[in-house]
Amino acid sequence: MCLNEGCMATYDFLFDWMGLRNWCGDSGDDGGGMTSMSQLLAETSGEDVDISPWETPFPSMDALHEACPSFPQSRELTSGLEEGFLSIKDSLKVVVDPLTQPLSWALNEALWIMQTVPWFIMIPLLMLIAWSVARSLKLVGLVAICFGFLGFVDYYVYTMQTLAIIFVCALTCVLLGVPIGIAMSRSDRVQRTMIPVLDMLQTLPPFVYLIPLIFLFSVTEPKLYGIAIILYAIVPVVRLTDLGIRLVDPDVTEAADAFGMTKRQKLFNVQIPLALPNIMAGVNQTIMMSLAMVVIASLVSAPGLGVLVLRGIRSLELGVGLLSGLGIVLLAIILDRVTKAALARINISQSR
Amino acid sequence: MDDKKIKISIRNLYKVFGDNPEVALQQVKEGMSKSELLEKHNHVLGLNDINVDVLAGKTTVIMGLSGSGKSTLIRHLNRLIEPTAGEVWVEGENILEFNEAQLRQLRQHRMSMVFQKFALLPHRTVLQNAGLAPSIDGQSERKYADEARRWLDRVGLQGQSDQYPHQLSGGMQQRVGIARALTSNSDIMLMDEAFSALDPLIRTDMQNLLNALQTELRKTVVFITHDLDEALKLADHLVILKDGFVVQQGEPQHILLNPADPYIEDFVSDINRARVLRVRSVMKKTPDAPGERAGEIDHDDTLESVIALSEGDTALSYRVMKDGAPVGVLDMRKLVRALVPSQQSDDPESARLGG
Repeated sequence: MCLNEGCMATYDFLFDWMGLRNWCGDSGDDGGGMTSMSQLLAETSGEDVDISPWETPFPSMDALHEACPSFPQSRELTSGLEEGFLSIKDSLKVVVDPLTQPLSWALNEALWIMQTVPWFIMIPLLMLIAWSVARSLKLVGLVAICFGFLGFVDYYVYTMQTLAIIFVCALTCVLLGVPIGIAMSRSDRVQRTMIPVLDMLQTLPPFVYLIPLIFLFSVTEPKLYGIAIILYAIVPVVRLTDLGIRLVDPDVTEAADAFGMTKRQKLFNVQIPLALPNIMAGVNQTIMMSLAMVVIASLVSAPGLGVLVLRGIRSLELGVGLLSGLGIVLLAIILDRVTKAALARINISQSR
Repeated sequence: MDDKKIKISIRNLYKVFGDNPEVALQQVKEGMSKSELLEKHNHVLGLNDINVDVLAGKTTVIMGLSGSGKSTLIRHLNRLIEPTAGEVWVEGENILEFNEAQLRQLRQHRMSMVFQKFALLPHRTVLQNAGLAPSIDGQSERKYADEARRWLDRVGLQGQSDQYPHQLSGGMQQRVGIARALTSNSDIMLMDEAFSALDPLIRTDMQNLLNALQTELRKTVVFITHDLDEALKLADHLVILKDGFVVQQGEPQHILLNPADPYIEDFVSDINRARVLRVRSVMKKTPDAPGERAGEIDHDDTLESVIALSEGDTALSYRVMKDGAPVGVLDMRKLVRALVPSQQSDDPESARLGG
């Protein structure tokens, strides 16, 4: 069987049965296809190869291609996706580019400010921010020690760069995420459509959406990593805003209705204040996730401590890698403690 | 007697919960029962042909067990729930024809509500909670503070206006709830099981507070409760609901003496009649009361107080006075008979036939 016209592929019958043989061209033409070891063996020995049912291949694109050359191979699918993306790239860029341009500006400005302000103003300023948010001297001390240490080991500039990026990205996440969460809480339909999107953003490995972003923007533009960080970090604040507003005591919203509040009054005077603990928990998570992403984003030119981590990996500088890793941990501790302290203050003021 | 003005009038009100209430409503109008409707169409009959008039300046109590539709009914009065069919007239306007703005106007200025679980805003102080209605209207705290503080004082919360609701006990939180309703300056107060979440002693306090406020302010109160003692204590007009329809409504004393239905008889049999029944309900009406009497009693006294006065002597009889003039005679024997549910009324047969 295999002798005359090459080997019959497993799924020949499928195309014969469907009457697509003409569309396929010649059956079993092995001109382009790879020849397997067993086929070679069969040819030399001149014997038929018995393909046992146990070895039946999965009807994959490649297996079907073997039976019918007109059927696309899987690598044609991936290259098709790529071409498809490249063909819409330019038109997509026309829309996305101006929309995201403010992000580039904001990142550039923030990076410039954080690096230009001298350390003896910046560190007290950060301590002041910690005080105004958390009202805890212990925490202010922690902030001073951590930044002092990072400055002492000459990582001050990198730390400030990372902090600037987190600041801009987390703020953007809150500004976009809270309204999206509110929209989700108000309409079940919006919620149903948003949840799969959020699930995807949360589970898609961050490297995966770095790739199309690289095609879309040039690596020199800060918005490239800005968008990557925002996409990765926006999920918790959206989810927890939605959840928080949906969890607001229905008795209280009913009272707001019964006293004739408008929808807007109800949102700003009842729902958002009562959902604030949950929203703040979301903000905390968003900040932590943008810190995690800022390290990965250094692959696409994001400055900061991530660059040092990357250097540690690339040139196997163990000490640099460990120390910058420790720096990220310290930053994470500070950001987490400060936002958690703010959260605790909100909780106390409205606990029942 | 002069102020028999009708403030709210509910006409042929139906509410069916479910996916297709219109079809189910047709079935109900054709006489399908609540359980049958649930079984065959999977729709819940909330309210069934409700007709109630709420008199201005009086307390109307709507009583029923849980699931009888009383909370659903009170939410129709300010359209927190939309009816399936029927009309609700407030001061001559059908509020079901109101648009959003008119409805908000009604809720802000003409009706206020007190809730079973207080429903205060936890992030606002007691003063800000009390001033909710004016603040919704756009007034600043400075502007409404005096008014709100006045009502907080009136309900017994002096000097606590800067605290947060979670710092107060349940009874005090509900006082804030009442102050909030009063500060809105509306004529109508809807009270949805307002005292049910409080413990018995505090509940009695609050009932007394409400009665005191009522004699002073004469608001039109619609009060929901599942507690007959509470209903009898507060009501000028009592409406008894069961499975979404009105079983009996009228003056509480009258319902007590003439229960129209075995369901109400069951209800009524458990209460302390001596404390609830008044002299005017059991006395013999005669304009002049000749002969020797043991003394004079007021027509609004409870039977309990008369028993105390007579020291248990059933041979006595009293002259009943109203506004200084004699209106009837009360025989102690008749009083004692009225305390026993089964043979209480003048003509029990007719009362029974009426049901």
